[in-house]
Amino acid sequence: MADWLQSFPTLDEGALRALKKSIDAGYRAFSRNYGDAIESFFDPLLYVLIWFERLLLGAPWWLVMGAVAGLCYASSRGVRLTVAVAVAFFVIGYLGMWDDTMRTLAIIFVATVLAIAIGIPLGIAMSRSNHVQAFMLPILDVMQTMPIFVYLIPVVMLFGLGKIPGLIAVVIYAVPPVIRLTNLGIRLVDREVLEAADAFGAGARQKLFGVQLPLALPNIMAGVNQTIMMALSMVVIASMIGVKGLGQPVLQAVTNQYFALGLFNGAAVVGLAIVFDRITQSYGRRIQAEREARS
Amino acid sequence: MTGADGIHIGGLYKVFGGGPASVMPLVRDGVTKQELLENHGHVLGLRDINLSIAPRSIQVVMGLSGCGKSTLVRHINRLIDPTEGEVWIDGEDVLALDRAALRHLRRHRISMVFQRFALFPHRTVMDNVGYGLAMQGVSRADRAERAGRWIERVGLAGYEDSYAHHLSGGMQQRVGLARALATDAEIMLMDEAFSALDPLIRSDMRTLLLELQKELHKTIVFVTHDLEEAIEIGDRIAILRDGGIVQNGDSQDIVLRPADDYIAEFIQGINRGRVVRVGSIMGPVESGLDGPDCSLDAYLEDALPVVARAPGNEARVVDADGAPVGAISLDRLIGAVSGNDPPREAR
Repeated sequence: MADWLQSFPTLDEGALRALKKSIDAGYRAFSRNYGDAIESFFDPLLYVLIWFERLLLGAPWWLVMGAVAGLCYASSRGVRLTVAVAVAFFVIGYLGMWDDTMRTLAIIFVATVLAIAIGIPLGIAMSRSNHVQAFMLPILDVMQTMPIFVYLIPVVMLFGLGKIPGLIAVVIYAVPPVIRLTNLGIRLVDREVLEAADAFGAGARQKLFGVQLPLALPNIMAGVNQTIMMALSMVVIASMIGVKGLGQPVLQAVTNQYFALGLFNGAAVVGLAIVFDRITQSYGRRIQAEREARS
Repeated sequence: MTGADGIHIGGLYKVFGGGPASVMPLVRDGVTKQELLENHGHVLGLRDINLSIAPRSIQVVMGLSGCGKSTLVRHINRLIDPTEGEVWIDGEDVLALDRAALRHLRRHRISMVFQRFALFPHRTVMDNVGYGLAMQGVSRADRAERAGRWIERVGLAGYEDSYAHHLSGGMQQRVGLARALATDAEIMLMDEAFSALDPLIRSDMRTLLLELQKELHKTIVFVTHDLEEAIEIGDRIAILRDGGIVQNGDSQDIVLRPADDYIAEFIQGINRGRVVRVGSIMGPVESGLDGPDCSLDAYLEDALPVVARAPGNEARVVDADGAPVGAISLDRLIGAVSGNDPPREAR
């Protein structure tokens, strides 16, 4: 029997090694040549992140708690939810995790804003053209299924360890839902309503901002909600490349077998997740409720 | 004809599908709708439509679902572009307009009412009615004033700040009507505007529309599948079948002189006594007839008691000035109401 039927025909070892080496060398050369430029491109983002982190850390705890509770009430109009959120923050602080929570809050907030700023325009572009959609969907699939550690490698090679690579990794991981749901939300807008806008002479921009985006808002909010959840789930992994916050004690707990430390910090992440989830969901539900139940 | 006022549609064809131009020769040779779909993968929307709509009149476009009536009305404001043909409005070639000019046309000269209302669910009644004005660039304060007037005119005063889904279907369509009226466009397209409403509400809305039309004198293109509705409001009625116009005339023409069996079947169930007017079936003037008089515009139903009581069962028909223009006999009347008309003499 022929040899290639017996064992799987593989590229010979030397060629394979050469292939990997050349890819590595190519990327290393790219990072050497453009790394500094790209890093300085992201500098403003770093300043914003650091400024926001200092703001949260520097402000008195009751002010931060008041702001979060106020935001919660403004978006949900629910007293019970607001009280629950305040209690959750109090417990987190009481168990000594206030500073780490603020650091995590800062990076999650900046990552979410960034994801929205990138995701909504991309979602709009996808909704307007089937070609763009056909191009974007497989990319989004890859972004969501590629193991996170794999795209940490090039990011770390480019930026080293620190906040910016962490932020970029979080955004790449967390941005797909907001893109998908913006696209979906706009595509689901009632065709007759759009036709009415056309019939009264609305231009493309008037249609987008006056009809499509407002009507897609409940879906977009669902996307934002998922984006925040995914960003939070990246906290521990981001801590491996030097992002401070609730993830670092968890990492420490894993390596040293500190069960309680891991549990407390993990619970704080869960607490943050619940807070964000309830705030964004109840906001989404509130705008939806205004429109539903058409007679 | 293209220089005239009103809406003029000439030689209009619409074929839906991948390559409409490639099947146009077949369509012009009169291929059937079914054959075009089965053998050539294209849907025939409209076939050789020629229609002139006089300004300030109500033109009804009637037919069963799928006959192309909604497609036809969307060619007037170019929500749909034709495969071939012409659309002129007041001497202006609508198909030659660029995007900006088309937007201007839609903002200022044509408005539209939709079957399923198509209100903006995230806007209040006030903002829905003011939408067309906002598109015209009217300031917020002016908008509130003008939209408010129309909201009141359609009987929705007090609902300005409600959202559409809090209103009943009939009220929602009043919002739709006010939204269309608020722009002061001279042409109003109504695509099955009342078809989704309950029968009672429908007749209310028809009454409201006719009342408004008496003072506004708009050019209205009204799409419906309901013959009674068509007869009640249409100055002229165009009947569509499989994308082509089978007959276009006033209600008397349609009921008394159906162009083919299809229309004859369509009008079978209609109450002729309430549709046909004396003037449409009267005979020539006969000397020696005097009193009682019957108006030219009277419905047969109303003329019956008059003629029955007249001596010899024959009455004089007079026009609006009281001058005799014809005669009507009881036999003729009964024949017309039952649908077995004697042949109509030339006037």
